[in-house]
Amino acid sequence: MILASASNVLVWMVWVVAAAACLASGVAVISFSNPFYSALALMGNLGSLAVLYLLLSAEFVAAAQVLVYAGAVMVMFLFVIAYLGGKADAPWTGHVAVQTWAAVVAAGALLVEVVLVIAGQADGHLADAADIQSSFGSPAEIGRLFLTDQLLAFEVTSVVLLVAAVGGVILGSHSRAATPEGDDDAGA
Amino acid sequence: MLGPDTAAYLIIAAFLFTTGALGVLIRRSPLIVLLSLEIMLNGGNLALIAFSRHFASGDGQIFAIAVMAVAASEVVVGLGLIVAMARKHLDLDVDKLSSLRG
Repeated sequence: MILASASNVLVWMVWVVAAAACLASGVAVISFSNPFYSALALMGNLGSLAVLYLLLSAEFVAAAQVLVYAGAVMVMFLFVIAYLGGKADAPWTGHVAVQTWAAVVAAGALLVEVVLVIAGQADGHLADAADIQSSFGSPAEIGRLFLTDQLLAFEVTSVVLLVAAVGGVILGSHSRAATPEGDDDAGA
Repeated sequence: MLGPDTAAYLIIAAFLFTTGALGVLIRRSPLIVLLSLEIMLNGGNLALIAFSRHFASGDGQIFAIAVMAVAASEVVVGLGLIVAMARKHLDLDVDKLSSLRG
């Protein structure tokens, strides 16, 4: 189609900005030597991903992404980084180990592989997206799926969260119980 | 579907996943390894949601929400481990945590 509609151009512009922000902040996360900056870059990454989710008509997931990830999870990260102090290894400075070059080659190979597979299917299975109704991705639709077709996944997810909460409590109380014995950080 | 088609979203997802994998492999601070893991999970999420839109089925979005819950659980346990390591005055360096090496 040569004559693209105005809304199509707008969606393309939003997509390009969000995708570029997403990739740039992703690279920033693994490049900063200060974990605090990395966490802030990850927040930007999550925000631009939420924009991409909105473009894919996944309104509820975009909202959950901002609330759960950029809100709760990242605040927990920032608390721990503030507690431990903002020190980390600086990548790409001084002597670069063989392991690093091997990692870059492995990640590059993975990327080339996946992109080739996607490009090979771009005119095949991935050619035409199905039409959606206006309720697609709405909270009502997600809730209906959760309580009917995907009830098992819903219950298993709640068990996973419960186990993680118990694990977090055990990890926290274990390191506190070790203190009175004086074998590690007594008085700290 | 307005804007780019599914393949463009999938390529962004592949880039994100690879960036995260690279971070996990080259960084030594466990905090940044966890942050890189989040990037990998989000790359997977983007692919799930792109396919969900492509096939007009909400199941991919349900899966993405389940992945978010798993990611939150993983962060709780991972950060708990890192704080426990710091309380024992261990070096926060994944290359030096070799007590379990056989």
